[in-house]
Amino acid sequence: MTALVERVAKAASTTAFGLSAAAVAFFLFAAAIVVGFLFWQTNNLLTHQVLGVLTAEARILSSEMKVGGQAKLAETVGAMSRLQGAGLYYLADDSGAKIAGNLNRIPPELTDDPHGGVFSYQPAGDSTGASHLAVAIPVDLGPDNRLIVGRDIEDQRAFADSIRLAFLLGFGVLSVLGLLGGLAVSRLILNRMDAITATSRSIMEGDLAQRIPTSGRGGELDALAQNLNQMLDRIEGLMNGLREVSDNIAHDLKTPLNRLRNAAEAALRDPRGAEAYREGLERTIEKSDELIKTFNALLLIARLEAGPLEESVETFDLGSFVEDVAELYTPATEEAGFALSIEAEKDVFVRANRQLIGQAVANLIDNAIKYSRGGEPGSTITVRAYRDAGRPAISVGDHGPGISAGDRERALKRFVRLEASRTQPGTGLGLSLVAAVARLHHGEVRLTDNHPGLKVIVLLSAKCLIAPADTGPSDVRAGIAAQ
Amino acid sequence: MTSSGSSVNQTAGLPRRPAPGQLNNESTEGQDQNNAMRVLIIEDDRETAQFLQKSLKENGHTADLATDGEAGLSLAVDGTYDVLIVDRMLPRLDGLSVIKSLRAQGNRTPVLILSALGEVDDRVKGLRAGGDDYLTKPYAYSELLARVEALGRRTAPEEQQTRYTVGDLILDRLSHRVTRSGEHILLQPREYRLLEYLMQHAGQVVTRTMLLEHVWDYHFDPQTNVIDVHVSRLRAKIDKNFDKPLLHTVRGAGYTIRDGPG
Repeated sequence: MTALVERVAKAASTTAFGLSAAAVAFFLFAAAIVVGFLFWQTNNLLTHQVLGVLTAEARILSSEMKVGGQAKLAETVGAMSRLQGAGLYYLADDSGAKIAGNLNRIPPELTDDPHGGVFSYQPAGDSTGASHLAVAIPVDLGPDNRLIVGRDIEDQRAFADSIRLAFLLGFGVLSVLGLLGGLAVSRLILNRMDAITATSRSIMEGDLAQRIPTSGRGGELDALAQNLNQMLDRIEGLMNGLREVSDNIAHDLKTPLNRLRNAAEAALRDPRGAEAYREGLERTIEKSDELIKTFNALLLIARLEAGPLEESVETFDLGSFVEDVAELYTPATEEAGFALSIEAEKDVFVRANRQLIGQAVANLIDNAIKYSRGGEPGSTITVRAYRDAGRPAISVGDHGPGISAGDRERALKRFVRLEASRTQPGTGLGLSLVAAVARLHHGEVRLTDNHPGLKVIVLLSAKCLIAPADTGPSDVRAGIAAQ
Repeated sequence: MTSSGSSVNQTAGLPRRPAPGQLNNESTEGQDQNNAMRVLIIEDDRETAQFLQKSLKENGHTADLATDGEAGLSLAVDGTYDVLIVDRMLPRLDGLSVIKSLRAQGNRTPVLILSALGEVDDRVKGLRAGGDDYLTKPYAYSELLARVEALGRRTAPEEQQTRYTVGDLILDRLSHRVTRSGEHILLQPREYRLLEYLMQHAGQVVTRTMLLEHVWDYHFDPQTNVIDVHVSRLRAKIDKNFDKPLLHTVRGAGYTIRDGPG
């Protein structure tokens, strides 16, 4: 029983209940205005009718007086008074003595009123003794006679009373039902809200896998629950990313840090002294530079995955930019014993983060040079910039050992260095950074077979591509030409 | 801003004046004593600030310290400095606000921004606020020194310098012609830009990152050392057939072009 009271009290304190109570109150107020107006109008109309009848009667009676004098009038009034009806009459002479009529006296409510009005009287035929309500007007017959004609309006009053009662009852039933309905609705909403609250509480306690149950019927509560669930998915993804980053930092930064520390200790213990210290310090700086590189790459990936970098988006010609970056690597590629072939489609204008695209291309070419060593000597690395079905695309292909189809998915993950590449220098973050850059541009990275070797395709979103008409000529090298 | 001897303002029609590279003939090795600069370091980490102050002094410059933004701003307004080194995150007034209010007052002193934030966007924001160069922590001191010296020596607008001369090497910016001992040297467009930047900073150390940023306009890590190959190709063209090398490698720092001992 107390549990029920508690539940009702809880439901009554909800916003939903408050709102429905307010709605019921407002509806009742509006209904009262309408009913009140109707009642007032009807009453007016009936009163008007009664007054009309009385005025007509007064006219007839005053003409009787003119035709037959007081005697004739008294006779007519006497005859009309005897009729069973609602007519009320009182005729008196100038001394105030009653001559004819069915009223015993001038009603005290009307003695001083020259225009007539409402009064109550004891009808002779009513055995209950209840007083009736009536309306009467005085008839002007000169100073010698006083005549009052009236009508019993007890029926009208009874009608008004019954209407009043009906409405009061109706309003009462309406308010009770409305408030009960409000309670029921708030109870329903409360149940759903309790589910959401319970879920969010367990999420706050650390269980990010929890989701809010949906009824599956659609509606705004389901939409809310779905949105919250999607938000939770995103948060969970970010949290997992963060956890992954910290795990990776633990794994892949602690090891080189430890090596760095060991090298420094070894140098300190080295009996050669100053010379060994110098070597040790130089090695320390070198190793810490590598650590900084890894750290920067990690942070950049994390930053790219967190959301867009709006400040540094530029419009540029992808073809000539990729050509430019590739040319930076041409001497280094040739030095390593390979050829670099560049195929850049003209007028592929994009709106993108130029520096990050550059970083991606640089990482891909750097990887291609590294892995070409495992393949045929003197092979060609091909860098392409083109349009693929309306999407800007960049591809870098080498003829190294390639990645087997099964390992391709894994190769895009952070820090994954497939067995074949363990001996190569690098952070192991190159390709995952490329993937992060592609995702930032709503695109993706595809690894395919280059027959033989690996071809990495970076596809940007079609939204990044803009019509050549949107841009001016943007040959960055215009005006710079050596002889 | 700098001593008059450091001016590289030479127009084609003027008689030849000593170029920076030649001035360095008299300087002791590894130092630019003719270019002693007044530097203001606005950095809240005392250890870093004192390390910078000490190191800059060893390189022949003078440096003042401010440990918060407000103190830094008032020093920068009152004093006459050749370069300001401003940390981005400072107590009381952050680095970017310091730079903005300096620029609003018409103060054009070159600013090097130091920041732990190295993302692409932060760099853009820093330069937009009025910074002239941006260096991400952690950095190598040699990189910082090279950048400070490059900023401090930025004198007249580049357009006015139509000709750079180092020893017998001449680069004419109007005709894009490069000659050494009167002999015409044919360069690729990129090699020309590389030489132009090196000669613009003749006598100074220019780091690989500075070359990547200014010659290529790339602000990303190229992973491997791609710059060295480009420089050695340029060196082959301008130094190979001549007795005296002009383009020198500075170990642990970068490159310098000068007519003097390497």
